[in-house]
Amino acid sequence: MFEGERAFDSFDARPTEEMDTHRHTLPHHRDCASVVAASLLSTFLAAQSAVAQDFAAERRRMVEDITAVVRETRAEIGRSAFDERVMSVLARVPRHEFVPADQVASAYRNRPLPIGYGQTISQPYIVALMTDLARTEPDHKVLEVGTGSGYQAAVMAHLAKAVYTIEIVEPLGLQAAQRLKTLGYTNVQVRVGDGYNGWDEHAPYDVILVTAAASHIPPPLLRQLKAGGRMVIPVGAAFMVQQLMLVEKNFDGTVSTRQILPVTFVPLTGKR
Amino acid sequence: MTGTRARTVVEAAPPVIAIALISAAALALEILLMRLFSITLWHHFAYMIISLALLGYGASGALLTLAQSAVQQRFAPLFCAAAAAFGVSAIGSFVLAQRVPFNPLEILWNPRQPAYLLAVYLLLALPFLCAGACVCMAFSRWRGIVSRIYSFDILGAGAGSLAIVGLLFVLSPQDALRLIGALGFAAAAVAWLECGRPRRWPAAVLMAIAGLPFLLPGSWVAPVMSPYKGLSQTLQIPQARVVEERSSPLGLVSVVESPGTPLRYAPGLSLNATAEPPPQLGVFVDGEGMSALTRFDGRRESLAHLGQMTSALPYHLLRQPRVLVLGAGAGADVLQAHYHGARQVDAVELNPQVVDIVRRQFATYAGGIYSGDADSDLARTVRVHVAEARGFVAASKQRYDLIHVALLDSSSASSAGLYALSENYLYTVQALQDDLRHLERGGLLAITRWVTLPPRDALKLFAAAVMALERSGVADPASRLALVRSWQTSTLLVKNGAFSSEDIVSIKAFCTERSFDVAFYPGMKAQEANRYNVVAPPDLFDGATALLGPGRDEFLQSYKFQIAPATDDEPHFFHFFKWRSLPELLSLKEQGGLPLLEWGYPVLVATFAQAVLASLLLIAAPAAWVTWAGARRPASVLPAGLRRRVLVYFSAIGVAFMFIEIAFIQKFVLFLSHPLYAVAVVLFSFLLFAGIGSAASKRWHDGSAPVLRHAELTVVAAIALSAALCLSLLPWLFQNAVALPGPLRIVISAALIAPLAFFMGTPFPMGLARVEAGDSRLVPLAWAVNGCASVTGAVLATLLAIHFGFTAVVVAALVLYAVAATSRP
Repeated sequence: MFEGERAFDSFDARPTEEMDTHRHTLPHHRDCASVVAASLLSTFLAAQSAVAQDFAAERRRMVEDITAVVRETRAEIGRSAFDERVMSVLARVPRHEFVPADQVASAYRNRPLPIGYGQTISQPYIVALMTDLARTEPDHKVLEVGTGSGYQAAVMAHLAKAVYTIEIVEPLGLQAAQRLKTLGYTNVQVRVGDGYNGWDEHAPYDVILVTAAASHIPPPLLRQLKAGGRMVIPVGAAFMVQQLMLVEKNFDGTVSTRQILPVTFVPLTGKR
Repeated sequence: MTGTRARTVVEAAPPVIAIALISAAALALEILLMRLFSITLWHHFAYMIISLALLGYGASGALLTLAQSAVQQRFAPLFCAAAAAFGVSAIGSFVLAQRVPFNPLEILWNPRQPAYLLAVYLLLALPFLCAGACVCMAFSRWRGIVSRIYSFDILGAGAGSLAIVGLLFVLSPQDALRLIGALGFAAAAVAWLECGRPRRWPAAVLMAIAGLPFLLPGSWVAPVMSPYKGLSQTLQIPQARVVEERSSPLGLVSVVESPGTPLRYAPGLSLNATAEPPPQLGVFVDGEGMSALTRFDGRRESLAHLGQMTSALPYHLLRQPRVLVLGAGAGADVLQAHYHGARQVDAVELNPQVVDIVRRQFATYAGGIYSGDADSDLARTVRVHVAEARGFVAASKQRYDLIHVALLDSSSASSAGLYALSENYLYTVQALQDDLRHLERGGLLAITRWVTLPPRDALKLFAAAVMALERSGVADPASRLALVRSWQTSTLLVKNGAFSSEDIVSIKAFCTERSFDVAFYPGMKAQEANRYNVVAPPDLFDGATALLGPGRDEFLQSYKFQIAPATDDEPHFFHFFKWRSLPELLSLKEQGGLPLLEWGYPVLVATFAQAVLASLLLIAAPAAWVTWAGARRPASVLPAGLRRRVLVYFSAIGVAFMFIEIAFIQKFVLFLSHPLYAVAVVLFSFLLFAGIGSAASKRWHDGSAPVLRHAELTVVAAIALSAALCLSLLPWLFQNAVALPGPLRIVISAALIAPLAFFMGTPFPMGLARVEAGDSRLVPLAWAVNGCASVTGAVLATLLAIHFGFTAVVVAALVLYAVAATSRP
C-alpha cells in the first residue's frame, strides 16, 4: 500500500531525565590510558556539560517566553495558561537536538526554523498551543502525519502512551527516527511513507496531528479518529502558521471544526 | 594631456554597433531577471529589478567621473574590458545571487535576511554597472557625436527589450541568460574591431570566449526554485518527478507525476466526503498554483469529489447551464461543470502551453476534455479559448448561465501574502461588472477564494461585488448575493436577478449535506451563521452584513485590514496591509502573528531602504566628492542657489519619470495580457520615444534665451496633456481593442505612449544644458541626483500605487514635473 514505507522498532528507555547530558556519554575507548587523552577528554566533557547547562537555561527562558505570550493571548485561545504538563514537557525536550547544526544557536528562540527539504520546525509557541489543544492524556494513542524534525512527536511522547508518526520525505523520516531513538523515546514509532491513509493498524486514535500540507483533510484520518477525539492542523505556508484547525469528532459521528487564530488580534477597532 | 593626444588617434570611430549590442543585452537581462525571479520566488519583482538596473547605470556614471583621464587614454581596452565584464557578470552575478540564502518568508524572523536581500540587489546591479560603463565611456570619449552614440544605445536597448520576449518562446530562461552573457563578449570583440585597433587577434579571442557560456553546466545557470514553493514541495514526495516542462514568457509550465503517492488535489473538500479524487497529474506554472490534471475515464461518478467542494454550489441552482470557466488551467473546473451536467463549457486559459499539454500530450489521460473530439460527449460540449480572461470577457458577445472564476493561486502562498505585490485584474470591481454584463437573466457569477483568518479575501471580494452591483444600477445588492464557506474555501455567488426562496432552500441544503456554513444570503439570520466551522467573530456573516449596511464606510475604515474593493486602478487584491495596524502586527510576532502581515510588504519597504542607501553611496557620494573637489580649486565657490535648484530639479524629474514609467507598466498589464509583455513594451516605448524627445529638445536650448523662457512650462503642460490622453483612452481601448492580435496591440500601446515619452525625454537635457551654461562643475551632481531619484523612484512608485492607486502615482509625477519647472536651474 505504501511505497518505501518502513516501520521502526521500539526503542529502549523512556526518557526520564534531563537529556542534554545523555548524548554526550563517552564512547568506549580501548586505549584511554594516556593521561593526556584523559585530561583532554575531561576538558571536553566539562565544556560539553557547560553547553548542556546553557541549553537548559535557554529552554527555561523559552518556556517563560511562552508563558508570557499565553497570558497575552488568553482572550483568543480561551485560557490564561497552557496545561502545566505541556509546559513541563517543553522544559524538558531538548529542542536543539531537533534542529540542523547551523540553527542550534536559534533553537530556543520563539521562532520557526528551516530544517531542510522545504520543511520547518514550528515556533515553540505554536507547538505549545497545538499540544495544549490536543488535550492528550497518559493513556492516549496519538497519530502524527508529518514528522518533520520529530520535535512534536517527542513532545507528545511525554504526554501519551504511544505516538505513531508518518513522514513522507524519506531523509527527514530516517533522521527523525534515528534522533528519537538516540534520545531514548521508546513509545514513538516513525514510518516513512504517505500519511493520507493514516496508520490503520493502531487506529483509532485519541489525537491526530496533521502537520503535512494537504489540500483537504484526508477522509481516512477522520475515520481513524476516535469518537470524542481531537485533530489539530496548523494551516498556512512554511514559517507562516496562519491558523490552527481543531477538528472534533462528536459521539454521534458528526464532525465539527474550530478555527483558531494563534494571536490576540481583533480585526475591528473600537466596538468589539 | 599629451598622452591623450598620442593615443586617441588610434580610434577612428565610436564602437556604435558594440554599444547597441551591449544595450540590447542589458535590457534583455533586465526583463529576463524578472522572469527568473518569478521562477525562483513568487513575484516578478519588476520594481526591484528596474531599480537595481538604474543603480548600476547611475553608479557607473558616478564612478567614471573619477576616472576621466584613463578613459580618454585607454578607451578601446577599457571599453572592451567593461563589455566582457558585462558578459561575465550577467551570468556570474545570477549564479552567485542564487547562492545567497535569501528567503522572503523569513524576512521578519531572521535578522540576516535583509542583508541577504541587499546582497542580491548589489550583485545583480553589477552587470548593469558594466553596461552603463560602456555607454558612459563612449559618451565621454566621443563628446562631439553624443547623439549618434545615444541613438545606437537607444536602438539597441529597445530591440533588446522586445527581442527577449520573443526569445523566451524558443529558449529556456537559462539559455537566454547564456546568450546574454555571450553577447557581452561579442560586443567586446566588435568594439575592438570598430575602434580599428591594429592587432585583430584579441577580437578573435573574445569571440571564442563568447562561446563559453554555452558550455557551462546546466546546473550552474538553471534557476533554483525556492524549496517552499508548491512544486519543490511536491517533488519531495518519493518517486514524484517532472514529466514535462515547457517555458515561455508567460511562465515555466511543469507537469508532475507521482506514481507512488497520489496527489489527491481537492481544495476545500467537505469533511463529510468519502470519495477520493481519481489519479491526477500536477500542473504548475512557475512552480506555484497547482492545477490538477485529472485522469478521466469517461465515468461521471469517478468525479464525485468535485461535487463535495464549495465551488459546486452554483450547479445546485442551475439546470444544464451554459458555463464560462475563467482560468481553466488543466481543466479541473471544466470537469466539475461536466460532472454537474453543463450543456456547454467555454474554457478560457491564458497559457497556450498548458492548453497544449492537456489537449495533445495528455489527451487520453485527461479524457479528451480539451480535444474537441466529436465522438466524446465531454469534448463536444467543451470549447477551449487561449486568451486572457478579462480580455475574453470584454470582447465576448455571448451570455452565460454561469461564469466561474477558478481558484488558481495556491492556498499557502495566498495565506502568506506572497502575492501581496501582484496585480490581479480578475477580482476588481470593473472585472465583476464586465462579468455581470455577460450573464443571462437569472445567471450566476461564482468566485471561490481561500478562507483567511481573520476574514480578508472573501470580504474584499464581497465588497467589490457590492460595489459592482451598485455601479451596474442595482438598487438592492443584498438580494443578489450569497456566500458559503468550508474551513478552507469560500464561494461567492452574484446573481443576475434576486435569489428566490427555492434558491435559498437549495443553498441551505447544499451546505447542510456537506457541513459547510452559509455566510450570507438575502434575509439570513445571525444565528444561522458560524455553525459547523466555528471561527471567532467577526466572521464572514458579520462582515457581509456590515458591507451591505449603512455603516459600510465605517466598517472598511475600522477594519484592521485593507478590504476596500480592488479596482483596475488599484488591482492589488492580495494586499491587505494597513500601516495603522503595523505596530500591533509586529508586536504579535512572538505569538505567531506574522502571517497576518504579508511578507511582500516588508520586502518592498526593505528594497526601498536599500535603494536609497545604495544610490546615495554609489551615485551621490562620488559625484558630491567630484563637485566638492572641483569647487576647492582656486576659481570660485559654487553658487548655492544654483546648487539647490539642481538638487530639486533633477530629483523631481528623476522621480517623476520613474513614477510614470512604473504606473504605465501596470496600466498596460491588462491591455497586453501579461506583466512581462507590459514591461517589455512600456520600457521599449519609453526608451525609444524619450530618446527621440531628448534629441529633439536640443533645438530648443541652443543657448538663445528667448526660446528658453517658457520651454519647461510648455513641456510640463504637454506631459500632463499626453498623460491624460493616454489614461483616458486606455479603458476605451481595453473594451474595444483587446481582441486584436498581440502585435497590433503592441503597436497601439507604443503609439499611445509615444507623445508622452517624447516630452518626458526633454526635461533632463534641457536642465543639463542650463547647468552647463550656469556652472559646468555641477554637471556630475545633476547626473547623480537624477540617478538616485530614478533608483528610488522605481520602488517608491510601487509603494505608493499599492496604497493610492496608479492614477495617483501619475498625478504625483505631474506635480513633481510642475515643481521642477518652477525651480529650473
